[in-house]
Amino acid sequence: MTVEDYIAYIVMPIICLAIFFIMLRFIKGPQVVDRVVALDLLITVGVAFITLFSIIVNNPLFLDEAMILALIAFLSTVAFSFYIFKRKRDE
Amino acid sequence: MNDLLIKILSTLGAVFVLIASFGVFKMPDFYSRLSVTIKAATLGIGCILIAATIHFAEFSVTTKAIAIIFFLFITSPVAGFLISKVAYITGTKLWKDSIIDELKNDPDSNCTNPALPKDKIKKE
Repeated sequence: MTVEDYIAYIVMPIICLAIFFIMLRFIKGPQVVDRVVALDLLITVGVAFITLFSIIVNNPLFLDEAMILALIAFLSTVAFSFYIFKRKRDE
Repeated sequence: MNDLLIKILSTLGAVFVLIASFGVFKMPDFYSRLSVTIKAATLGIGCILIAATIHFAEFSVTTKAIAIIFFLFITSPVAGFLISKVAYITGTKLWKDSIIDELKNDPDSNCTNPALPKDKIKKE
């Protein structure tokens, strides 16, 4: 079994199961902050997904997108927390 | 040898990510969900990126992977701190079996304190 087959048939389903659980929390989450944390984790798992995909297709170009996603996850969390705090303060 | 190492590292990373997602799904409280997220996800992503560096074995890929790991390790604790502070200020309840609440008497988190007048908060 080559590395590509192993990652495509064993590691990728585990990641997809993880994305399924996070999506359940993202839909269910009782408050906005729960959804923000679920979104942050979803983007972080997306980085892992892109990295594994770049191993499968044997093309390191996709790691650039992984780097951008890793930055956007932090940015989105900070922006969401800023606006939630602002909304609470203005009430 | 390299193939075996890549398989072990990617499986380990995927299992860590799965544990984090299961914890996010099952934990009873916002704060415990947050703690599970930050710790396990960074470790899982680190393992998977190290597997990618071993697989490609190029200078540019190694640099990119180290940059991603650096970003994640620097930014995710800061983001977790910010979102947990905002969640406390906006009045997210702790779990009913939580023992200690250190921010209860903290002057920075007075937005939930009903004794403080509202215009005093707005002025800052």
